[in-house]
Amino acid sequence: MSSDTAGGSPFENVGDDVDRKRTIGKIFVAICFASTLVGIVALVALIADVLYESWGWLSLDFLTYPPSRFAENYLPTGRGAGIYPALIGSILLIALTAVFTMFLGVGAAIYLEEYAPETKLTAFIEANIANLAGVPSIVYGLLGLAMFVRAFQLGTSLIAAALTLTLLILPIVIVSSQEALRAVPDSQRQAAYGLGANKWEVTRDVVLPRAMPGIMTGTILSLSRAIGETAPIIMVGAATSMFVPPVKTTAGVPYPDLFGPFAAMPMQIFDWARLPQAEFQHIAAAGIVVLLSVLLFMNATAIYIRNRYETR
Amino acid sequence: MSSIDLTSETNSTSHRTSVAVRWVFFGCAFITVLTTLGIIAVLVNGAVNFFFGASVIDRLTGDAWFQQVTFTEFFTGTEWSPIIGDRSYGVLPLLWGTMMIVVGSAIVALPVGTATAIYLSEYADPRVRRTIKPTLEVLAGIPTIVYGFFAISFITPILQRFFPETGTFNAAAGAIVVGIMIIPMVSSLSEDAMSAVPDHLRNAAYGLGATKYEVSTQVVVPAAVSGITAAFILAISRAIGETMAVTLAAGMQPNITMNPFAEIQTMTAYMVQIGTGDVSVGSIGYQSLFAVGITLFAMTLAMNLLSLWVRERYQEEYR
Repeated sequence: MSSDTAGGSPFENVGDDVDRKRTIGKIFVAICFASTLVGIVALVALIADVLYESWGWLSLDFLTYPPSRFAENYLPTGRGAGIYPALIGSILLIALTAVFTMFLGVGAAIYLEEYAPETKLTAFIEANIANLAGVPSIVYGLLGLAMFVRAFQLGTSLIAAALTLTLLILPIVIVSSQEALRAVPDSQRQAAYGLGANKWEVTRDVVLPRAMPGIMTGTILSLSRAIGETAPIIMVGAATSMFVPPVKTTAGVPYPDLFGPFAAMPMQIFDWARLPQAEFQHIAAAGIVVLLSVLLFMNATAIYIRNRYETR
Repeated sequence: MSSIDLTSETNSTSHRTSVAVRWVFFGCAFITVLTTLGIIAVLVNGAVNFFFGASVIDRLTGDAWFQQVTFTEFFTGTEWSPIIGDRSYGVLPLLWGTMMIVVGSAIVALPVGTATAIYLSEYADPRVRRTIKPTLEVLAGIPTIVYGFFAISFITPILQRFFPETGTFNAAAGAIVVGIMIIPMVSSLSEDAMSAVPDHLRNAAYGLGATKYEVSTQVVVPAAVSGITAAFILAISRAIGETMAVTLAAGMQPNITMNPFAEIQTMTAYMVQIGTGDVSVGSIGYQSLFAVGITLFAMTLAMNLLSLWVRERYQEEYR
């Protein structure tokens, strides 16, 4: 804004030009509005495209059968084939990731909000978290591959993938948990201190319970990002053709096989989508519908928690 | 009837718990620093292995270094074929592929995202804004693999109708879909910057006889330019690191071409190719992952830091 012309307005303020200006203004609004529609139209087109492509290929069998090399098996009239091992694999993967991120993310957020002194180290940790959020997910995949799979010898296992995804979403979980902790009014902390509670008691009994809904919402939203992540689990080596979910059984009690190979939905979808046969495009679309449904469910849960506990 | 005993907390077990808890929480926060160090260590170690035939760790256990791939070849070679045929290790074709995606997606996302931000910040009715913003956020939450599928099943067929020479895998579809993917990033960060422009600047301009169009383009946008630029840079950084959509849409053929309808390969797509192929650990194909990875990491890190710098250096402070 340096257009201060001598003794006049920087805006061409000519009476009879008002009509022209109005026209320009209208065209400009129209362009801006049309641009806004681009994103929305793209979203509608994307969802419509996925639903259209999956039409006729999605059945209950698709959820309960392992994948097959033959496209006709996937049809409702076929012998049954689907996404079952990858669906269970993804759910276990996210559950495991949830355990790790809850502990680490909330712990880190509590440290930064409640404990951390204002030192250079704290500032560095915060800046580093902001930077980590911008690292491409495939680079986390390389970290997982070299660190968890190879150096720690966890192999291409559920736990290696879960640890990789944990590191990937940790920055987002920490930042959203910090916001939730910051929203707890200081007066509540002071009241507890006044009763003689120490820092840990204040955090555990006063701050955490109040911040929990916000923390949960942020964590679930981050996990819903993790469940769709494909690149990191490819690098860690998620299997493409697993016919059983990563579950073992001891004395009739099933438990997740943390150290065995596993399939996950995004990897399975990628595998289908890159096959040349046209039928597998429909199967990939069916897989996407399942993935997006799980994602929608997770987001709805997060929003429910937020709305349920937010108003006070 | 005793009153609250204010001395009770001086007992030492409770104090020790408190100190231990503090260290546990510090450990959680410090994991993020270890993550960064881990990423750098893993990438450097692997890249050294690629260039010098033995990793840093191998070197410490006695293996000798030799020049396996020269930096000149890696950074100036125009042929990338590390696993098949006559081996050559010039990363330029992959960089070129990534640049095509970046330029193409920027052409789509920067104008559209900025115009969206102007509309939302300056023109839209608050009710409309409350509907549109979450919708655009949905766009940001969709997994990238889904965008890849959208590109091959929807965008490529449309391109093929208008440009029959379009291949099954082509740079244009990848660029368009990455562009759509980063629109929400551009629009939401730019809108934040525009909304932060104080109303008295707008009102001053109105008082001088400016129209709404002039206020938007000559007052608000210039005042928010640092935030908008930072948003652009972050979006471009995101496009550089984008993986699944470009792998599915743009293909697996390292190629230096100006033709947007030809198959290309980005750095990230190459990494996926190695990740899904059966390249044995310790082979040069495996090592090349880390050489490409460190190049990618350096580029995105530079962009992220640049974005931060622009925002801090050129931010206008309003009181």
